[in-house]
Amino acid sequence: MKALDKKLWRELWGMRMQALAIAMVIVGGVSIFIMSLSTVDSLFETREAYYRNNHFANLFASLKRAPLSLTKRIEEIPGVERVDHRVIAYVNIDVAGFDDPVSAHLISLPDSSSGLLNQIYLRSGRLLEHDSDNEILLSEEFARAHKLHSGSKLSATINGRRKSLTVVGHALSPEYIYQIAPGAMFPDFMRYGIVWMARKPLASAYDMEGAFNNVTLTLSKGSNQQDVIDQLDELLKPYGGTGAFGRKDQLSHRFLSEELKQQKTIATVFPIIFFGVAAFILNVVTSRLISLEREQIAVLKAFGYSNFAVGWHYGKLVLMIVSIGVIAGIGIGTWMGKGMSNIYMEFYSLPFMIYVLKPQVVIAAALISITVAILGTLYALRTAAVLPPAQGMRPEPPAIYRPILIERLGLQDWFSQPTRMIIRHIERRPLKSFLTTLGISMACGTMMVGGFQEGAINHMVEVQFGMSQRSDLTAIYTEPTSQRSLYSLRNLQGVEQVEGFRAVPAKLMFEHRFYRTSVQGIQPNGDLLRLLDTRLAPIDLPEQGVIITDYLAELLHIKPGDMLSIQVLEGNRPTVQVLVAGTAKEYMGVNVYMQREALNRLLKEGNAVSGAWLKVDPYYQKDVYVALKNMPRIAGVIEQRSAIKSFYDTMAETILFFTFISTLLGSSIAFGVIYNSMRIALSERNRELASLRVLGFRRSEVAYILLGELGLLTLLAIPLGLLIGYGLCAYLAFQFDSDLYRIPLVLDRDVFAFAALVVIVSALISAVMIWRNLAHLDMVAVLKSKE
Amino acid sequence: MHHPLHQNVSNLDAPLQAKDHISVFHVKGVTKVYQMGEVQVHALRGIDLDLYQGEFAVLLGASGSGKSTLLNILGGLDAPTTGDVFYGQRNLTRATESELTDYRRYHVGFVFQFYNLIPSLTARENVAVVTEISRAPIKPEEALQLVGLGDRLDHFPAQLSGGEQQRVAIARAIAKQPDVLLCDEPTGALDSQTGIVVLEALQRVNQELGTTTAVITHNAGIAQMANRVIHLTDGLISQIQVNKHRLAPHELTW
Ligand SMILES: Nc1ncnc2c1ncn2[C@@H]1O[C@H](COP(=O)(O)OP(=O)(O)O)[C@@H](O)[C@H]1O
Ligand SMILES: [Mg+2]
Repeated sequence: MKALDKKLWRELWGMRMQALAIAMVIVGGVSIFIMSLSTVDSLFETREAYYRNNHFANLFASLKRAPLSLTKRIEEIPGVERVDHRVIAYVNIDVAGFDDPVSAHLISLPDSSSGLLNQIYLRSGRLLEHDSDNEILLSEEFARAHKLHSGSKLSATINGRRKSLTVVGHALSPEYIYQIAPGAMFPDFMRYGIVWMARKPLASAYDMEGAFNNVTLTLSKGSNQQDVIDQLDELLKPYGGTGAFGRKDQLSHRFLSEELKQQKTIATVFPIIFFGVAAFILNVVTSRLISLEREQIAVLKAFGYSNFAVGWHYGKLVLMIVSIGVIAGIGIGTWMGKGMSNIYMEFYSLPFMIYVLKPQVVIAAALISITVAILGTLYALRTAAVLPPAQGMRPEPPAIYRPILIERLGLQDWFSQPTRMIIRHIERRPLKSFLTTLGISMACGTMMVGGFQEGAINHMVEVQFGMSQRSDLTAIYTEPTSQRSLYSLRNLQGVEQVEGFRAVPAKLMFEHRFYRTSVQGIQPNGDLLRLLDTRLAPIDLPEQGVIITDYLAELLHIKPGDMLSIQVLEGNRPTVQVLVAGTAKEYMGVNVYMQREALNRLLKEGNAVSGAWLKVDPYYQKDVYVALKNMPRIAGVIEQRSAIKSFYDTMAETILFFTFISTLLGSSIAFGVIYNSMRIALSERNRELASLRVLGFRRSEVAYILLGELGLLTLLAIPLGLLIGYGLCAYLAFQFDSDLYRIPLVLDRDVFAFAALVVIVSALISAVMIWRNLAHLDMVAVLKSKE
Repeated sequence: MHHPLHQNVSNLDAPLQAKDHISVFHVKGVTKVYQMGEVQVHALRGIDLDLYQGEFAVLLGASGSGKSTLLNILGGLDAPTTGDVFYGQRNLTRATESELTDYRRYHVGFVFQFYNLIPSLTARENVAVVTEISRAPIKPEEALQLVGLGDRLDHFPAQLSGGEQQRVAIARAIAKQPDVLLCDEPTGALDSQTGIVVLEALQRVNQELGTTTAVITHNAGIAQMANRVIHLTDGLISQIQVNKHRLAPHELTW
């Protein structure tokens, strides 16, 4: 090895703690980068492979009932490749020993087959046998939640008739990777499942022999999806079609796409912070090293080392530190990426997970780190390269101190001499002090993101289910039913309040923009569903016009006072113009509300309801469930609160993982910045402090002068960091907004407190490590040596 | 093993021979002005000087008289404000940065007052740093043996005394077999006894390798071992004195 390289290795070893602290910050950037991008790639590749293998459809449409002969005409639409027709029903399920309401989608499956499109993936057991009218396959998560195996039995209320069914296997479907009940927000595997059943018995139960009520199709390459949708809608219109839609509006697909989008945001935002901080610390450390080695640089040049050779020498040191960070970051990032992918595999019902770590991602991580490090240290490296040797031989001119602000203000008597030294030191290099503060505050800000997610979800749930939707149960009728049916609900023992609602699928249009959702006809001054304004105060639903979700107003660029056109996708499909009377704050979904009577007038349907919200005395809850299950008109019952609880149970581990990682990363930044700054301060002021020791200062007094500066900067950094954290969360919340859900920008006090605490602890740990160094201040050397 | 250079040098009184009068350096009208904020510092005010091949010259002058400035200019570490410096036929003042680097790399050896060793490298490695980039170096071990440090090869600078460190610095300077050896107060930080050891090493190199040597000092005592003594006062050469009778380092007193 070249002698100069030995110098490099020894110096690296000598500053190993500092190098490690910097490398940790780079590890943070690289690992998040690798983690998120490899998760994105893995999730994407897995989804694509799954879709391909199992023939996931391109278009989906539901209708009331159409004869099978119609499929021929669908096949003839130009651009259509394959058509699959099914019978799908939404039913109540009864699992022995579980009293809560359970609902399921019952999907027809051709005999002994996994389907034509949206093929199921058989996880265990076997396919349905020919003509068996009581065999079913269960979605795996649901089966596992209830410990239902091949041979287990459950019963379902199929078109009003209770039927006993036998499980023959577990399956997954590309159509239900994200498995949630209609109108629900979170997956709840206890209370919602997918059940596959043979076509024949299902069709006969619903009077669908020789008919279908759901059709999915694949498109040939190069076909225009919108054209096919339009023609399909035209064909299905007479049969009660509710409008065809593509993958991008398919619920499960949408959730996955949002997830991918979020991971991509994470892959950009966090590495930027980490690389920025790493560049700053590297710059500080390299500058200090180079100024300490001025004379060595001069000697090397005096002996004929070129400017480039000297610059490159220190460049190599930077690269060595970066390499440690990059290599460790790739390792940890891969580990975290696999962990994330596994969490996704749990959270989403995926049959397999292809972990993809693209070489481009690794190379990009390495190149970005190296580029950032070199850019960050370029100035310092240049200083080394161009330092004139004759000048390097002379000691650096003494630092220039000026009277500081407090002195100019005449306040110096208020501060002790050591405190004045601290403030003077900070004021002397305002840029460096500011960047140090900024670096520490970045740590503080980063840490707030972990806690933010949890707090935001809490708030979202509290507003949505505590203040807005205040019912305990939602009962959904098999079809629009007379309002009078609500009496039978009201008469159940334990039911305190009942409010009926009418929901119809509709296409909303404003100018050239449109959106598909459902219009909800609700009771004007209802108690069980209250619309809230931005200040979360209830708003009245006027007799005329509609109230829309605030996010819908943004999507359509529509504002109160404008006219919205609504095309109802049911019945006689009227299109009407209605006044937008106001907007409502909602964190989940996108809705349009109008008075139920007004909606019914529009539909010319009399006083029908699609379902009802119920408020139930907890004491009678079980009885109410049983009674509802036995009502033939009720297709399903949803209980949001337990869904939320089970969601929390699933999320608890995930949230813990995120909090752990964000704390680790945040504290690595804090430690990296603070420890390095302290080390450098110690090296710069070694002589000064040793002289003070000679003059009789105690170690603690000397430590105060040295550490007080960083202490002060840390204290300044905390409020700034909390501000940055708030901004960061706001940015993420903004980026993560979608019509599925909006993450409210709500930060609990303990999120702030925790971030501040971690920063303070990191500072204390650094201080303890420096305190040990202070014991070795060489007082004798100060008296003897030059300068 | 006994290196030929290790035998004691005796013939100090030999007059300069004809070949020694070949100019290695030819300095003409050199001035150097430093701009220190508002004030200008005239470090050199017009120097004309020749240094001859193989000679041992001492630059003598009070602190601040411009000795280091002149030496740095000779060594290609610094450029004069006006005037010319010729190394042989080459005009150093016209040289580019990379030509100056090559000049230092292949022709010049430096010794500094504060040794300027690289603290993270051992004695041997400190020499190797230089031999690795030179054309016909002697081995680092040999160079260290030459200055009497054959048994300190793997010591780090912090483990060596000041005199030993300075001898490592000399070994480092001579290992590349330079044409000229420029020493800026090599004994400035040493006590007189240690200083003598260092000076002996320098003189041996001058005698045995024939390296043109210029030594800066503000100590008149040392001047007596030189062929010529160049007196600097306030940035000007005030006197050049040729020593008819040179003293051996161990005869010097200061
Ligand atoms: N880089 C520099 N910047 C400003 N002044 C300098 C610089 N180098 C030398 N000087 C000044 O030039 C004068 C001569 O310096 P120097 O050659 O080092 O003297 P000597 O080596 O004889 O003590 C001194 O006044 C010194 O302060
Ligand atoms: Mg000098």
